[in-house]
Amino acid sequence: MKIQKILNILTLLTGAIAVTVTSLWIGKQAYSWLPPQAAAESLLIDDLISFLVTLGAFIFLGVTSTLMYSVIFHRAVKDDFTDGPPIEGNIALEVVWTAIPILLVLWIAGYSYQVYEQMGIQGPSELVHLHNPLGMESAYAEAKDTPALAEPVEKIDVLAKQWVWVFHYPERDITSTELHLPSDRRIRLALKSQDVLHGFYIPAFRLKQDIIPNHAIDFEFTPIRPGKYSLTDSQYSGTYFATMQANVIVESPEDYQQWLAQTATQKPSLATNQAASEYAQTSNQSVQTGWVTVPPAAPPLVNSPG
Amino acid sequence: MTNVPIEGILLPNEKPNHESPGNWKEYFSFSTDHKVIGIQYLVTSFFFFLVGGIFAMVMRGELMTPESDLVDRTVYNGMFTMHGTVMLFLWTFPSLVGFANYLVPLMIGARDMAFPRLNAVAFWMVPVVGIIMMGSFFIPGGPAQAGWWAYPPVSLQNPTGNLINGQVLWLLAVAISGVSSIMGAVNFVTTIVKMRAPGMGFFRMPLFVWAVFSAQIIQLFGLPALTAGAVMLLLDLTAGTAFFDPARGGNPVMFQHYFWFYSHPAVYVIILPIFGIFSEIFPVYSRKPLFGYKVVAVSSILIAVVSGIVWVHHMYVSGTPGWLRLIFMLTTMFVSVPTGIKVFAWVATIWGGKLRLNTAMLFALGGLIMFVFAGITGIMLSSVPVDVHVNNTYFVVGHFHYVLYGTVTMGLFAAIYHWFPKMTGRMYSESWGKIHFWLAFIGTNLNFLPMHPLGLQGMLRRVASYAPEYQFWNVIASLGGFLLGMSTLPFIFNMVISWMQGEKAPNNPWRAIGLEWMVSSPPPVENFEEIPIIISEPYGYGKSEPLTANLSE
Repeated sequence: MKIQKILNILTLLTGAIAVTVTSLWIGKQAYSWLPPQAAAESLLIDDLISFLVTLGAFIFLGVTSTLMYSVIFHRAVKDDFTDGPPIEGNIALEVVWTAIPILLVLWIAGYSYQVYEQMGIQGPSELVHLHNPLGMESAYAEAKDTPALAEPVEKIDVLAKQWVWVFHYPERDITSTELHLPSDRRIRLALKSQDVLHGFYIPAFRLKQDIIPNHAIDFEFTPIRPGKYSLTDSQYSGTYFATMQANVIVESPEDYQQWLAQTATQKPSLATNQAASEYAQTSNQSVQTGWVTVPPAAPPLVNSPG
Repeated sequence: MTNVPIEGILLPNEKPNHESPGNWKEYFSFSTDHKVIGIQYLVTSFFFFLVGGIFAMVMRGELMTPESDLVDRTVYNGMFTMHGTVMLFLWTFPSLVGFANYLVPLMIGARDMAFPRLNAVAFWMVPVVGIIMMGSFFIPGGPAQAGWWAYPPVSLQNPTGNLINGQVLWLLAVAISGVSSIMGAVNFVTTIVKMRAPGMGFFRMPLFVWAVFSAQIIQLFGLPALTAGAVMLLLDLTAGTAFFDPARGGNPVMFQHYFWFYSHPAVYVIILPIFGIFSEIFPVYSRKPLFGYKVVAVSSILIAVVSGIVWVHHMYVSGTPGWLRLIFMLTTMFVSVPTGIKVFAWVATIWGGKLRLNTAMLFALGGLIMFVFAGITGIMLSSVPVDVHVNNTYFVVGHFHYVLYGTVTMGLFAAIYHWFPKMTGRMYSESWGKIHFWLAFIGTNLNFLPMHPLGLQGMLRRVASYAPEYQFWNVIASLGGFLLGMSTLPFIFNMVISWMQGEKAPNNPWRAIGLEWMVSSPPPVENFEEIPIIISEPYGYGKSEPLTANLSE
C-alpha cells in the first residue's frame, strides 16, 4: 500500500518535471518563430511571447498528458459494464484550480501592462490623457539603457489610400513610396487615410495601428536594426488589399540624412503601383473572370518612387 | 350538481396539433414538433456546412502559390466573405439551435417548446437567409466582398452603383438571421424557465440545458446590437444616411462596436452548447458522475456575464485609447477562469473512469484537446502587446479555427454520433465513424496548426497573394484543408446508409442517464406519455439511484 503511494508520487513528480523542462525548451524556441527584431519594441514583445508560450505549453502538456494517461490506463475491460467510482467533486481541488488561474491571469495581465507602458506607441496626444502611474521609461531606454538617444524625434507623415502608401518628410518636404527610417531614433508617424480603413503593420517591428479616415493618428516606435523590411496593410481595404505593400529601409542616421538630401534634389516622378497595373491588365481582358471593383487611386507623383 | 368529465374537453390550444412521425414528407413541411424542427435545422445547416467548405477549399487552392492565380481577386474576396458568413450564420448557429431544439424539451421533461409555431417560423427563416446569400452570387457585381465583419467604409463602397448589390443582400440576410435567432432565444429561455418537469430544479438540469440557457441569454442582450448595426449600415448603403460613412461625417469605428458587442459574445453562444455536449458525453463514456456539477453549471452563467464586457479586444488597434485596451485585456483574460474550471472538471471526470472510446467519445476528446490549445492562443491574443503584433494575421485565423472547427465542429460531430440512435432509431457504423474521426482530427491540425507560425511571421488574413517565404506552411495548410474536405465523405456515407438500413437502436444504447434515454428511439410525438417526476440529480453513474419516480427504463 505504502509502496504504491510512493510510486504514484514519484510518477507524478517525474511527469511534472518532464512537462516543465519541455515547456521551458518550447518557450525558448518561440524566438525562432518570429521575424528579425528590428525595433526596440520587438525585444519587449518577443520576451512576452516567449513567456506566454512557456506558460501555455506547460498548461497544454499538463492537461493533455493527464488525459492521455486516462485514455491509456483507465479503459473499460471488454465485458466490464460496471460504473466507475461515483466521485462528484472535491472542494479543495476545485478551490485550487480556480485560484491558480486567477493568479496566473493577474500575473499575465500585469506583465502585459508593463510591456505596453514601456512601448508607449500611441504618441504624445495619447500621453496627455493617460496618466502613467508606474513612470516607465520608453522601450528604447529599456532596451539600450541610453535614454538620451531616444531624442530627437523624427516626424514623418503617412498617407494610405486604395492601394498605395505615400510617405511625406516634412523636414525637407519630399515624398516617397518607400519608407526610410533612421535607426536608433524615436520615430513619430502621423497616420492618415484618404478613403477606407487601412492598417500600418511592419512585422519586423511587431507594431500595428489601424488608420481611420478623417483622423490623424500618432504612432511612435524606435527602429534599431538597419536592413530592409516590409510594411503591409493590415486592415482589409478592398479588392487589391494584398498588394498594398511598401519597402521599409532602416539605415544609420548619416545614411538617412544623405538619402533625404539626395531625394530632395530629385524631380517628382510617377511611382509604379501593383494595384493600378493589375487593374489595367484585368480591364483589358476580353473575358471578365471577376466582378466589378472600386478602381485603384492613380499612382502618386513622388520624389523617390523606391 | 353534475360532474363534467374533464378528460372529454379539449380547449382549442390544447389540441394535439402534431402529425404522426415517421413520414419523411413531414421534414419538408411546416411542422411544429420540436424534434422535427431540430432535425430540419441540422440537415439544413449541414448542407450549408458543405457549401462553406467548398468556398474554403477554393481559398486554400488559391493560397497554394504566393501569386494570385487561381481566381480573380474579387472572387477570392467574395469567397472569404461568404465562407465566414455561411459557416457562422448558416452552420454553427443553426446546427446548435437544432440540437437545442431536439434535446432541451426532452431533457427537461417537456412535451414541446413553449411556443411551437414561433419555433417553426424561426426555423423557416434560415432557408430564406440561405437563399438570399446564395442568390447574391447571381446578381451584377457578385456577393458581398467586405469580409464577414462588413466594416465600413469598404462595405459602403458600391462599385456597381446598383441599389440591389451583394452587400445589401448580405445585410438583409444577416438582419433576418438576427430576427430568427431572437425568436429562438425568447422561446428557449421561456421553455427552460417555465416548462421543467416537476422535481427538476435548476440544479437538477443536465448541463447541456444550462449551456443553452446561458447561450440564449447572450442572444437576448447581444443580438439587438448586431441587428441594429446591420440595419444602420443598410440605411447608409441604400437610403443615404451617414451613421458610419466618414466621407459624410459618420464614424466607421462605431460600427465595429455594434458588431463586436454581439459578435464576440456570439462565440460563446456557439461554444457554450459545445461545452454542454462535452459535459453530457464525458460522464456517459467514462461511467462517472460529472466532476463538480454545480460549479460547472454556474461557470456557464459566469461566461455569459463576462462575455458581455470583452468585445473591445477585437479593436485593440482600431484607434482605441490605451486605458481601454488595458481594461478589456483584463476582462478578456478573466474568461479563462470559468472556462478553465470546466476543462479541469472534464479531465477529472475522465480520470479513473471506465472509458469506452466510441466515435462520440473520440470526437469529444479530440475536441477537448484542440480547445485547450485554442484557449492558450486566446490568452496570448488577449495580451495587448502580443495582439498588436498578431492582430489580423493568420495567428488569429488559426486560433479561431481551433475554436470553430477543432472544438465546435468536432463537438457537433460528437453530438451527432451520440444522439443519432435516439433521433433516427438506428445505430451508426462505429468503424466508419472512427475513420471519419481520424481524418477530421489529422486534417484539422494539418490545416490550422501551420497558421500559427504564419501569423507570428506576419502573414495577414484575407490576402489572395503573399510573400514567397510564407509558401511552405501554406501548402501544408492547403493539403490539410483538402483532407478535411474529404473527411466529410465517410461521415455522409455513414449517416445516410445507417439511417436507411442501420441496425435498430434500443431506447438507451449507451446506458446513459437522462430523460431522453427513457423514451423510445425515436421518441414518440409529444415525448412523454406521462410527465416524469425527477427525484435525483443528473449523471448518477455508479450510484444506482432512479432518476424519476414514475418512468421505468
